[in-house]
Amino acid sequence: MSEQANRKKFLYVNRRAPYGTIYALESLEVVLIGAAFEQDVSLAFIDDGVYQLVAGQDTAGVGMKNFSKTYRALGDYEVRKLYVERESLAERGLTVEDLMPITYEDEDDDYAEKPSIHLTDRSEMARLIAEQDVILSF
Amino acid sequence: MSGYQINGTVAEHDEEGYLKDIGEWNTDLAGLIAKSENIEMTPDHWEVVNFLRDYYEEYQIAPAVRILVKEMTKKFGKEKGDQKALYALFPYGPAKQACKIAGLPKPTGCV
Repeated sequence: MSEQANRKKFLYVNRRAPYGTIYALESLEVVLIGAAFEQDVSLAFIDDGVYQLVAGQDTAGVGMKNFSKTYRALGDYEVRKLYVERESLAERGLTVEDLMPITYEDEDDDYAEKPSIHLTDRSEMARLIAEQDVILSF
Repeated sequence: MSGYQINGTVAEHDEEGYLKDIGEWNTDLAGLIAKSENIEMTPDHWEVVNFLRDYYEEYQIAPAVRILVKEMTKKFGKEKGDQKALYALFPYGPAKQACKIAGLPKPTGCV
């Protein structure tokens, strides 16, 4: 079987705040389910989507499950590329220090913990989007 | 709504037997749920159930079976992190049955 030949580049684009709509949670669930298909998966966080990764989320007031911890499980599912748009963070007065640390264990490097979050300029993001086979927008 | 009757109280579950409120879980209730699944809990069963509860506590999800296998291998070694061994403990699927006994919601993507 030519697994490599069937491997496509999937990009999940997240542009909305985590709560208030179901998009962010749905996207995360699709990513987790889709991980079983062993594709080349990347996640992009753009516009209000960057809020999904903010540390210290508290949902007690909005009555929704705080699923932010689940992003930290993505490494176990071999989803290791989370691209956060630099300009979107800056426009919201956020820096990478405001985000949760999300890491994966690199089995080819003695299970060293490596960061999954990559800060990405808008122009770079456009290039990243252009090179995908499949784009799912949430 | 149906529920598990235990120590004079009722713990509600959904139509498939998953607890409605994870907060109601305790080890007695786990034993009762196991019984309804025809499972006699042994230390090996508890190891899986406790692992799932810890995983849920940390990540707010129940892991998919292949993730469970991978992580159990990391923590307890190859013998425990073995799909066959896990299915021997939980014949209808480790994620499905063990999660139910652990009081967790049905795993994401599990049909």
